[in-house]
Amino acid sequence: MPDAGAPTPPAPAAEAAPLLVVEHATKSFGAVQALADGFIELRRGEAHALVGENGAGKSTLVKVLAGVHRPDSGRVLIDGEEVVFDTTAQSHATGIAIIFQEPTLFPDLTVAENVFIGAQPLRSGRRIDRRTMRREVERLFAELGVKLDPDRIARGLSIADQQIVEIAKALSAQARVIVMDEPTAALTATEVDRLFRVVETLRAQGAAVLFISHRLDEVFALCQRVTVMRDGRHVSTSPTDATTTQQLIHAMVGRDMDALFPKQVAPVGETVLKVERLTREGVFTDVSFQVKAGEIVALAGLVGAGRSEVARAVFGIDRADAGSVEVHGRTLPPASPNAAMAAGIGFVPEDRRQQGLVMPLSLERNMALASLQRLRRYLLIPRLSERRFASEWATRLQLRYGRLSDPAWTLSGGNQQKVVLAKWLAREPSLLIVDEPTRGIDVGTKAEVHRLLSDLANQGVAILMISSELPEVLGMADRVIVLFEGRVAGEFDRSSADEVSIMRAAAGLGDEEAA
Amino acid sequence: MSGIDAALAGAPRARAHHLAEIVVRFRELGIVLALLIVVGGTSIDNSRFLSSTSLQQLLSGAAIVALLAIGETLVIVTRNVDLSIGSILGLSAYATGAIYVHHPGVSLVLVILAGAAIGLACGIVNGAITTLCRVPSLVVTLGTLYVIRGLDASWAGGNQINSSSLPDSFNELGYGKLLGVPYLGLITIACVIVATYGMRSYRSGRDLYAIGSNPEAARLAGIPVDLRVFATFAISGAIAGFAGVLWLAFFGSVDSTAGTGYEFEVVAAVVVGGVAIFGGSGSVLGAALGALLLNTIASSLVVINVSSYWVQAIQGALLVIAIAFDRLISLRLAPALRTRRSTRE
Repeated sequence: MPDAGAPTPPAPAAEAAPLLVVEHATKSFGAVQALADGFIELRRGEAHALVGENGAGKSTLVKVLAGVHRPDSGRVLIDGEEVVFDTTAQSHATGIAIIFQEPTLFPDLTVAENVFIGAQPLRSGRRIDRRTMRREVERLFAELGVKLDPDRIARGLSIADQQIVEIAKALSAQARVIVMDEPTAALTATEVDRLFRVVETLRAQGAAVLFISHRLDEVFALCQRVTVMRDGRHVSTSPTDATTTQQLIHAMVGRDMDALFPKQVAPVGETVLKVERLTREGVFTDVSFQVKAGEIVALAGLVGAGRSEVARAVFGIDRADAGSVEVHGRTLPPASPNAAMAAGIGFVPEDRRQQGLVMPLSLERNMALASLQRLRRYLLIPRLSERRFASEWATRLQLRYGRLSDPAWTLSGGNQQKVVLAKWLAREPSLLIVDEPTRGIDVGTKAEVHRLLSDLANQGVAILMISSELPEVLGMADRVIVLFEGRVAGEFDRSSADEVSIMRAAAGLGDEEAA
Repeated sequence: MSGIDAALAGAPRARAHHLAEIVVRFRELGIVLALLIVVGGTSIDNSRFLSSTSLQQLLSGAAIVALLAIGETLVIVTRNVDLSIGSILGLSAYATGAIYVHHPGVSLVLVILAGAAIGLACGIVNGAITTLCRVPSLVVTLGTLYVIRGLDASWAGGNQINSSSLPDSFNELGYGKLLGVPYLGLITIACVIVATYGMRSYRSGRDLYAIGSNPEAARLAGIPVDLRVFATFAISGAIAGFAGVLWLAFFGSVDSTAGTGYEFEVVAAVVVGGVAIFGGSGSVLGAALGALLLNTIASSLVVINVSSYWVQAIQGALLVIAIAFDRLISLRLAPALRTRRSTRE
């Protein structure tokens, strides 16, 4: 097995000049050097992965390609010729298309208009030729092998469908380099499959796909070569079939470590949460389960199976139509998050940017938000006690931050998640609900979050975890409850849970295996 | 998954979603329906409400607000607002009168061009401050509302210009008819047709919707956002200037208070007409119909002897109801759009 950076065996179109090269790219923002020595080489017809921890400089490199940032030094070559991008339009014109993690569509415009915005086909008098536009969109969707209605408005499209629209947009603009920034983070397994097929189609047409992902299994499944970045520098570029996961992780973090921190076995105590036949019309039906102290119970299933919805109903955000939620043997009043909090439930929502944090607010304020009652002196919140409180939690969770008074959006995704966790942990919950706790978080921080959850369980906290990542579910959960179409489709304990049985249950095929 | 979801979303639910979409997509239809109900209901009480004179009055009365609503729609669709149009109208109307006082023989075309040019200049100031200095347009135009009104007041003083100073050909513009349709109505209808076509069939028109729908994405898509926003303010100003000329022709006399409060009537008409207040959707036709509906309701309230104090209150209530209705629809529609299969099978 060759080392990273060793001569590569012939990959697709290796003999021709590379389609795109970025070399020695640097970029600083004030004192922070985001990109110290960026390098990437893309060949025609290859899917190329770019991996690295958060803050490794991947997004900066992408923004250089997008024409958002102009590098301080270094060169970008396309077909061997140097290009300089001052605007996104210039990058676009050379055939580079970027598909961001959260696609930026126009919700009020139709799918067809979104694909062609700014470049609509015209007929006489510079008028938009709607018929051609529609036909073209249908042709593109057929080429990609997807079925989407060109006439519906973009509002309400799933993230997967939004990405397809973005990809169609890239194709319509004759893009030769398509950059996908964590496209699979919010997708279900089926949607990931479809995306992979689309990437294969793009490759077959001779385009190069730069695929940025934290999910290493996908990197190996999809890509021919992988480039690793660390601290703003290029570390290695190697063919995926000559690389192992361990090597990649080693290159990313600069040291060997477990990608997943397996949960320690903790003594299981009394039942903390008892959910009995919980039903919300049209969303989930007859969901019953228990979580005991010291236990991590995972709610698994496909996106849309009702996992987050169950969690929201347990915490009282949504009203359940039938069934009961008991904490420590006492029934919670329906639809009252206040009562749920008072009963000792903490809730770390899926979408930390929208629901977990108040982005413009400082770190300390964010952390104190759920503990204001405790910090309060009469009617006021003393700044000093708020700060002491926040710095204590920042230390405990090994938060990496500039100053506690910095707004929350200045932190990386992983550290933002720690702030949300701190906010709830400070209340010393007896039950913690975490929804996709490590989505979009780099490998290092992910392991820290896992270790943290494991420690909490050790201290006797009951944890209900929702996760779309099977390795996380298998590594962390003592028991796995699989939902399918709003019903419990299977329950597995640690010893009997494996990828196949969980996936079967999640796909509605697992009746015979259900415990 | 698609099969599963398709099975979940049964046929009756799908049809309900379809209906909800029709309601939103054909907002204009709803306004026309409301118009028919108001006119029909009032004419039961007083049959003269349906006479051709009365209908002509309804059209002329709504024409100026509807004209202003065209420009306002362009601005609001881009997620901005122009509150200065009432003041621009007033300034232009007084300037028109002043031109006739000093140069009685001046041609109508020149007067119209002068009015539009005054408005254009004001609109350019609005657009420039909004796009160059990155000041929210609400603040900018709230400021220019008072600045322009102040200019107008200091110029006019306590002076009033009456129809006696205006040539007959000019007054004819306000009162004349072609085949029974007042000129004002015809002008507005023509403008609505041009604006509707422009918004629908030209890239620059679609750009406005894109900007209001997602300004950041519009920038990334290479749309010249600032230029477009600037242009909408310029157009809105020019239309307000033009409307000032028509206003004087219609009312026959002008002082420094002309057009006071129009901005709110116009914004109300635009919103009632289905233009989203945060941009991205709505049509010029809807906005113009909204103006016609509000004006018709006001007239009908007078006809059925409701005190004029109540007319304002009822119009305000209508505005709130229209916005609440929009919110409700979009809240209702959100899950429908989410569960609806994006595929067509």
